[in-house]
Amino acid sequence: MPTPLVVSDVAKSFTMHLRDGIRLPVVANVSFSIKAGECAVLGGPSGAGKSSILKMVYGNYAVDQGQIIVPYGDRLVDLASADPRTVLGVRRDMIGYVSQFLRTVPRVSALDVVAEPLVARGIDRTEARDKAAALLAGLNLPERLWSLPPATFSGGEQQRVNIARGFITDHPILLLDEPTASLDAKNREVVVSMIRSKKEAGIAMLGIFHDEDVREAVADRIIDVTAFAVQGEAA
Amino acid sequence: MNMSDTPLLKVKDLSKFYGSRIGCQNVSFELWPGEVLAIVGESGSGKTTLLNCLATRLAPSAGSVEYRMRDGQFRDLYRLNEAERRFLMRTDWGFVHQNPADGLRMTVSAGANVGERLMAIGDRHYGNIRATATDWLGRVEIASDRIDDQPRAFSGGMRQRLQIARNLVTNPRLVFMDEPTGGLDVSVQARLLDLLRGLVSDLGLAAIVVTHDLAVARLLSHRMMVMKDGHIVETGLTDRVLDDPQAPYTQLLVSSILQV
Ligand SMILES: Nc1ncnc2c1ncn2[C@@H]1O[C@H](COP(=O)(O)OP(=O)(O)OP(=O)(O)O)[C@@H](O)[C@H]1O
Ligand SMILES: [Mg+2]
Repeated sequence: MPTPLVVSDVAKSFTMHLRDGIRLPVVANVSFSIKAGECAVLGGPSGAGKSSILKMVYGNYAVDQGQIIVPYGDRLVDLASADPRTVLGVRRDMIGYVSQFLRTVPRVSALDVVAEPLVARGIDRTEARDKAAALLAGLNLPERLWSLPPATFSGGEQQRVNIARGFITDHPILLLDEPTASLDAKNREVVVSMIRSKKEAGIAMLGIFHDEDVREAVADRIIDVTAFAVQGEAA
Repeated sequence: MNMSDTPLLKVKDLSKFYGSRIGCQNVSFELWPGEVLAIVGESGSGKTTLLNCLATRLAPSAGSVEYRMRDGQFRDLYRLNEAERRFLMRTDWGFVHQNPADGLRMTVSAGANVGERLMAIGDRHYGNIRATATDWLGRVEIASDRIDDQPRAFSGGMRQRLQIARNLVTNPRLVFMDEPTGGLDVSVQARLLDLLRGLVSDLGLAAIVVTHDLAVARLLSHRMMVMKDGHIVETGLTDRVLDDPQAPYTQLLVSSILQV
């Protein structure tokens, strides 16, 4: 089986055209790979570029240089240069993502927000909702909230909807951007055990966890993002 | 051959000049089945000109637009015969105007507005037509007891939903939309957007949506093209363009809004 995720020599900077085109280098020479069943954690201080790396792997941020290789069907796709249709296909079938914040859509219930990635993969809506309900129950989200759009939920409630949505599929790659940041101890434990189950199922995970206990509990390896800092170029 | 691996529309070097003024210039892209493309930019950037050239409502000055007909053959839209063009307009395509009055017949009933498109494709059975019209009014959340009312009596949001039903009733493969939520109150917009989002994905429609509202593009589209002064300045996956805009003009557009 090919390695689920190989990042090689990736560089990222932002050019701020509205501020005289100043260039803000973020990371360079980013190289790592993740094996099936492994959870690698990006470490480094705030602003080091951890979220930017996750977003590049998800195709959400442009990549200046380098390759991000994911096996897709019977070929290898380079997400750094893939066209939008291919990126959407890879997201549907290969990569799940729990973002730092939930982006809500008006009028769509929490249950449907969670079920949506399964429905997008052609799974029957009733079956998808059942699975969504089981996940939300496991994460202790009160049942009275399930039929409501998450826009008015608390930070921790939204985060649990987001986690359930990311974990509902069996995508071979899962990206986690501080999924436990606004959770209480009990729900953090739930997420830790969900991550362990994903490992047993052979899912490759790349995450960011500020909470040290959670990191200890799930990380197989820390990838130090400060090693990718751009040398000799002032921001 | 798997048809979803073949584009529905192929646009090459499309330009439209109004005298010496540029409407749009050298626009090239392909659209696949089930794909929603948003064309964004501020007013005067050429969005509607481009949309009208694609939908054969305006003759381009140069370039080509090819469409894959139901028989699988690509045809140059500007070399179609009259029967083929009528088939596209009446059945295979929809066109949702910003102002519902431009896409509806205001003095016939809601039911007839929807039924008319069915009759145009040969349905003659009154009972079937009425049943289908009622079903479609329901899908756009118009109560069935309004079927005999004229759209003149409807609110702006209801008129726009009726226009959408009228367009979708023939199972089109491609729908053009020009500012579909423009001119509506914000709360009405949210409801319409949500409805459109559901319909487009349930029906697997391909759509080209012109909007100056980046939130509309975010919610509805897979892919975006940003236009300025008749040119495409940036194109890409919608969330990539909005979250990491590359072109100076796109950065300006994204920074001018509160949050999308
Ligand atoms: N869309 C963007 N446009 C411009 N600059 C950005 C953008 N996204 C991130 N940055 C900048 O890139 C740098 C890295 O940010 P990033 O969010 O990747 O850091 P992080 O390591 O995840 O930090 P934290 O631990 O605080 O979440 C920061 O200087 C940030 O301001
Ligand atoms: Mg971060």
